[in-house]
Amino acid sequence: MKVEIVNKERPVLSEKAKAEIQTVIGYYPEGKSKSAILRVLHIVEEEAGGWLSPDTMDMVAEILNITAIEVYEVATFYTMFNLHPVGKYVFEVCHTGPCMLVGSDNIIKYIEDKLNIKVGGTTSDGMFTLKTAECLGACGYGPMLQCGKFYHEHLTPEKVDELIEACRRDEVKIY
Amino acid sequence: MGRKLLLEHIDVPGIETFEVYRQKGGYRSVEKALKSMSPDEVVEEVKKSGLRGRGGAGFPTGMKWSFLAKPEGVPRYLLCNADESEPGTFKDRYLMQYLPHLLIEGMIVSSFALGTNLSYIYIRGEYLFVLEILEKAIAEAYANGFLGKNILGTGYDLDLRVSPGGGAYICGEETALIESLEGKRGNPRIKPPFPAVKGLWGCPTVVNNVESLATVVPIINMGADEYVKIGTEQSRGTKLISACGNLERPGVYEIDLGLSVEEFIYGDDWCRGIKNGKQLKALVPGGSSVPILPTHLITKTANGDTRFMSYESLSDGGFASGSMLGSGGFIAFDEDQCIVRNTWNFTRFYAHESCGQCSPCREGTAWMEKVLWRIENGEGTMEDIALLEDINKKIEGNTICPLGDAAAWPVASAIRHFREEFEWHIKHPQEAMSRNYGLLKGATV
Ligand SMILES: Cc1cc2nc3c(=O)[nH]c(=O)nc-3n(C[C@H](O)[C@H](O)[C@H](O)COP(=O)(O)O)c2cc1C
Repeated sequence: MKVEIVNKERPVLSEKAKAEIQTVIGYYPEGKSKSAILRVLHIVEEEAGGWLSPDTMDMVAEILNITAIEVYEVATFYTMFNLHPVGKYVFEVCHTGPCMLVGSDNIIKYIEDKLNIKVGGTTSDGMFTLKTAECLGACGYGPMLQCGKFYHEHLTPEKVDELIEACRRDEVKIY
Repeated sequence: MGRKLLLEHIDVPGIETFEVYRQKGGYRSVEKALKSMSPDEVVEEVKKSGLRGRGGAGFPTGMKWSFLAKPEGVPRYLLCNADESEPGTFKDRYLMQYLPHLLIEGMIVSSFALGTNLSYIYIRGEYLFVLEILEKAIAEAYANGFLGKNILGTGYDLDLRVSPGGGAYICGEETALIESLEGKRGNPRIKPPFPAVKGLWGCPTVVNNVESLATVVPIINMGADEYVKIGTEQSRGTKLISACGNLERPGVYEIDLGLSVEEFIYGDDWCRGIKNGKQLKALVPGGSSVPILPTHLITKTANGDTRFMSYESLSDGGFASGSMLGSGGFIAFDEDQCIVRNTWNFTRFYAHESCGQCSPCREGTAWMEKVLWRIENGEGTMEDIALLEDINKKIEGNTICPLGDAAAWPVASAIRHFREEFEWHIKHPQEAMSRNYGLLKGATV
């Protein structure tokens, strides 16, 4: 796994995020705050513009009072975390069996052509990143994609067009 | 429509709120269990109900509960497995999203039975939107005295929290789930010790699937004696089936175990047949890990008996001619689907999701994916089929956790039942590629 080394300032956490982090650490017994790591990484990634730089991960280590390597280990294992900068809207299209049976490959190809990027790429205006994902648990409602926290199901080329337009108009909720 | 024990009120507007859920009789099982039963009586009732784990393995829930070690002064934990990542499975999300209080209710009764004072719902990271729904419902349960200190004045204390994953199928395996909940990579542990003795933070722990825990609610409400009247001798009660693939009406259904497979696929109340009037070619009845069944073994067993939706009937014939009920992820393939391509796709999934700890799984799944991709793309040789079988045997049974087996079975069964299709791909590379089964070749790899 390639970890990008960039000197990026640590994100400044909002008061809401700080409070949320304190709350979720409290969900685990005394001395077990490391258990909050995944939850904290989700919160911090959202605050940091959708990805985790090494500096951001170092910050999480300090918050949880664990070593930096413990955070890197986790952040590199779980596929949801982005270790490189991504576009504002990340489309994660499910491409596992059940979605493939109902045409996910065609949807991926359609998005690639429409946005003129390949899977893994980001549009030059920084708006969209296209990724594929393994089974997202929406098998009966495919083809589908996840954008931020939310699912967009029963996709057709027309629906993809609408979604992209809505993103451009800033009308799509991510978090 | 069949009988509904879990999904009875799913269409009631506002059922996700405490108020409406309670009006519809919600939390009665908590009152009954905490006020009129002892923890052991609840365990006994669940044992008597014959409930088998709904997460995939079908292990009797009551028996699992009775294995929980109870050393003095050591906390114990109940973990709800809401990692739901087995391809074809989307029932737990449906239940949590629309009936969050049903899971919470089941967890309170189950936690009481096991004597835990802190329980967690471990939910896959991609379901963060469901996590929010659950936390809202949990806050309501606290506010109404069903969680927290001295529940309903009975002296029983319980905290319930939700903990998210971060995208890793392996964390559905119970010991990987525990590792993940401890804030680590999801590497499964070697058993023994079993979680019942040494689980979360080294303490005795029970891990149960969302649906298993939700099912405790109707069992306590109606009593085990009534519950066992539903289903078959070895498959009691109802089960959520998430139906997908090329079906006319995919979705989540609650069935009485023992419904015939034919009725479930073609019946008006259920999936209504194959989409676009096509023929059914193959079926994966219990999530991507279970063996695939060819046309002639779907509605009938090898002996010509009717095939039913039950643990015993779906596995009738063993791996030679049967499959498994598994997680209830029911994937139907129409006549146009390519088994080679699907087998490659599933194998890519396991290669991607292998935690990398055991070499047979880490290397084996990656090699199988490579070989299958080559066959799918018209570059395979006849030896490749034997090679796949060889790799398969070297993975199965040689890994710490069953992910290796789960990766091996779909490949072994696809070759067993569809060998001709593999051979056809190899002998007719141009046609195999050009037919492409309605899919765009190389859209993504
Ligand atoms: C690779 C792998 C993935 C699994 N994924 C899940 C899952 O997503 N949900 C689940 O409930 N069980 C899953 N299981 C089964 C669990 O290990 C465990 O048996 C189950 O949660 C027990 O609950 P039950 O007895 O109520 O079914 C998985 C097992 C393996 C080997």
